[in-house]
Amino acid sequence: MSPQLRAILEQLVSTPPHPAALGFRLGSVDDAGVTLALPWREDLVGDPETGVLAGGVVSSLLDHACGLAVWSALDAFQPIATLDMRIDYLRAAEPGKEVLARAAVFHLTRSIAFVRGVAHDGDPEDPVAAVQAAFMLNSDAGRRAGANLKDAQP
Amino acid sequence: MTAGALAAALAGIPYARFLGVEAVADTDDTAIMRSSQHLIGNPMLPALHGGSVAGFMELTAIATLMAASTRPHPPRPIDVSVAYLRSGRPVDTFARAQVRKSGRRIAYVHVLAWQDDEAAPIAEMSVHFQLAEELTASD
Repeated sequence: MSPQLRAILEQLVSTPPHPAALGFRLGSVDDAGVTLALPWREDLVGDPETGVLAGGVVSSLLDHACGLAVWSALDAFQPIATLDMRIDYLRAAEPGKEVLARAAVFHLTRSIAFVRGVAHDGDPEDPVAAVQAAFMLNSDAGRRAGANLKDAQP
Repeated sequence: MTAGALAAALAGIPYARFLGVEAVADTDDTAIMRSSQHLIGNPMLPALHGGSVAGFMELTAIATLMAASTRPHPPRPIDVSVAYLRSGRPVDTFARAQVRKSGRRIAYVHVLAWQDDEAAPIAEMSVHFQLAEELTASD
């Protein structure tokens, strides 16, 4: 793992607008994977009666944690895109508690990264969700910055 | 499904307000996620975050089930599977959920998300839900 990797991953958590808006924070980064934290927030709740975070918030957290795991396995940044993601919601996250996602690449080819992970709210042995995802590597190949703006709505 | 039921279901969910998800005004089965900077995952292209799109589709599935149901609590997702087909551009995104099977305890829902062209979806989702117990006369 290069010494710059952590700094690169910090950037990839704080710079993209969606992770920044959700308040993600980078946790540990090591050979076993990457940890990403999501502090509980009232505006991210799915059911106001229970205060449980929306499943989609946990999906975003797991998706981003998986992406960080890919960059960590590559030991560098390159554009990647999620191809597919399967999430099992094992139990409701406890209201008010931070959710932590931990993800790692379990197989890497020249073009695809296969990633697994879990999310928990304090005890990694009692996860709230499990994820398996596939990412396409170098997904921006041939597309310049701003490529998606060509026919954007005014 | 009564008029405005999808809009009402979405309006009661804080996370839907966070994402900017509402029912499309003249329909009762289509949801819109308005283009906004805070949905972006790749600022270079720029492209929507996969999590924004997945969250939007899951909300559409939940609200569609709620709009058609008299159950007292929202459905709880058991598992979701999402396939990303095209890069999500920084424009308004639409989604429609189709309830493929709704039983006594479990529902299976398929969701399509698209931008300009419904025939060229940006993502598809399959999701299983656990349904709350129906209210009975003795309740």
